[in-house]
Amino acid sequence: MLLEVRDLYVEFRTRDGVAKAVNGVSYSVDAGETLAVLGESGSGKSVTAQAVMGILDTPPGRVSGGEVLFRGRDLLALKEDARRTVRGAEMAMIFQDALSALNPVLTVGDQLGEMFVVHRGMSKKAARARAVELMDRVRIPAAAERVGQYPHQFSGGMRQRIMIAMAMALEPALIIADEPTTALDVTVQAQVMELLAELRRELGMGLILITHDLGVVADVADRIAVMYAGRIVETAPVHDIYKAPAHPYTRGLLDSIPRLDHKGRELYAIKGLPPNLTAIPPGCPFHPRCPRARDVCRTDLPPLYRVSQDRRSACHFWEETVDASSA
Amino acid sequence: MPPLLEVRELVKHYPLTRGVLFRKQIGAVKAVDGVSFALRPGETLGIVGESGCGKSTVAKMLVSLERPTAGRILYKGEDITRLSGRALKAVRRNIQMVFQDPYTSLNPRMTVGDIVGEPYEIHPEVAPKGDRRRKVQELLDVVGLNPEYINRYPHQFSGGQRQRIGIARGLALRPEVIVADEPVSALDVSVQAQVVNLMEKLQGEFGLAYVFIAHDLSIVRHISDRVGVMYLGRVVETGTDTEIYDHPTHPYTQALLSAVPVPDPEVREQRERILLTGDVPSPTSVPSGCRFRTRCWKARERCALEVPLLAVPAAFRDTHTPARHDSACHFAEERRVVPGDTRGQMG
Repeated sequence: MLLEVRDLYVEFRTRDGVAKAVNGVSYSVDAGETLAVLGESGSGKSVTAQAVMGILDTPPGRVSGGEVLFRGRDLLALKEDARRTVRGAEMAMIFQDALSALNPVLTVGDQLGEMFVVHRGMSKKAARARAVELMDRVRIPAAAERVGQYPHQFSGGMRQRIMIAMAMALEPALIIADEPTTALDVTVQAQVMELLAELRRELGMGLILITHDLGVVADVADRIAVMYAGRIVETAPVHDIYKAPAHPYTRGLLDSIPRLDHKGRELYAIKGLPPNLTAIPPGCPFHPRCPRARDVCRTDLPPLYRVSQDRRSACHFWEETVDASSA
Repeated sequence: MPPLLEVRELVKHYPLTRGVLFRKQIGAVKAVDGVSFALRPGETLGIVGESGCGKSTVAKMLVSLERPTAGRILYKGEDITRLSGRALKAVRRNIQMVFQDPYTSLNPRMTVGDIVGEPYEIHPEVAPKGDRRRKVQELLDVVGLNPEYINRYPHQFSGGQRQRIGIARGLALRPEVIVADEPVSALDVSVQAQVVNLMEKLQGEFGLAYVFIAHDLSIVRHISDRVGVMYLGRVVETGTDTEIYDHPTHPYTQALLSAVPVPDPEVREQRERILLTGDVPSPTSVPSGCRFRTRCWKARERCALEVPLLAVPAAFRDTHTPARHDSACHFAEERRVVPGDTRGQMG
């Protein structure tokens, strides 16, 4: 296994108390595999990724438990400088907002080249040549001329390509992409996702795709982990989950999105709001919004039940949910 | 039924100038460059397009936040672009706006009661002073907020609740038209559905007509009776939801629809993707002829010379298929790009 996150806990100190952002998350990604981590804002999907990458803001954030095993080695036990060599060279991250992730006062050539200067000890000139190669590879037109330009001189889609180029510069084994196309228009989103998928195939990388978009997930993922209130509530191969979700939250999400192929009737709306992370409800955190909630849901936190060999659901009534979904 | 609102050849150019003392116009950002459509009472017109296509500028002109460079906006037959003073104020009462960002479009120092009741300050004839508090509470109830929250501040609400406050404000003057610019795109999926349902319910209750502007093609299909697709300042195709989504004839619409990820992994292998190359050209240097030609796989010489008009293409003029609708392409052809639902056939 390339990456294995085991029982990870992350909390934040806030004015209103301790916000429990991640509460025992476990997932794993193999080489060449795409895992989609799906969730709404506040579900803990990005915080988990930041803890894996070691870029969590501490304080106020704190990893309060768990392990992050990368090729069998626990990253959380490493010293910061050892972690830094892993970051970039072996695992890299792509962010949603390329404009704020790139340095506005350095040319894109300098930023791409820096990877090779720092990690590979290349000369500036050689690094520059590699930067042009990379820009070519992510299909930025006229790379040789544009290598000396600044981030603001590129369009949103082109900037996202530059971020992808930077992430794959050292051919890492794992890429974490946090909402990589959310800020992009749909035609550009299609180009960028296509590029990402192609590079992943070519380099045999593992990819963790963090998103709220059920459409993007259906397009590219092999497996999905659905997160809610800092927990994984369902995990399954992509085809199974869309056919018959085993958790009422997943079911609700799928039912609440309008479809492109027909007009549809009134949308299903999950009632209420996601919980405040400083006061997560007892029992199943989804119970106040759940149409299937019963007494046991208010008191007992559901474990991840085994639905089948490669499926898990954190719902006491997962069998009912699957049956209702496939009916 | 005569249209409630009709837009004819609407144009908005922002001048680009150089020099401080001797300002010289060196060009123009052609944000909107000849847009026409009609909105009937009680109907929803969806406008879709990518960033920079001019859809938000159209919205601002409809509610008189921007003055058009040219063209007309007829409200019940009267051109409102030429109105000012009292006459303009009267029209504005009937055309209200709901904004995209529920975080920046509500004044953080005002209570919900002041925000929702502010339109009555400008149009006191709608609600006499003593009656306002009750009216505001009614409105909060209508949009599904607790009327007791009237003294709370925006930061005490979630994104979805704030958007409800924005909608309540839009409803305060009992308008006939609401222009909603990306009203749900800042919201989480589970909350989006709540707000979309609310808007549909209110439409029925108050007989509202919506201009619903969004980049999310699925939501636009769901809520709209008719849809207009914009590209670089112009409408390239317009029709009913079925005509546009199931029988698109303009290559841009086809590319746009084919790029939308569908939440169904069963279709991902079979699906045909039209990947456009390059980026949208800058609105300061719009291509000659058809403005989509620089990214179009069908472009020929004629496309560079002749601006295609938004009309039923000659090929479909004598047919009775759903492909017979307005499309601004010299070489319009029908092409199905939205996959059918596979979920219903399984399990």
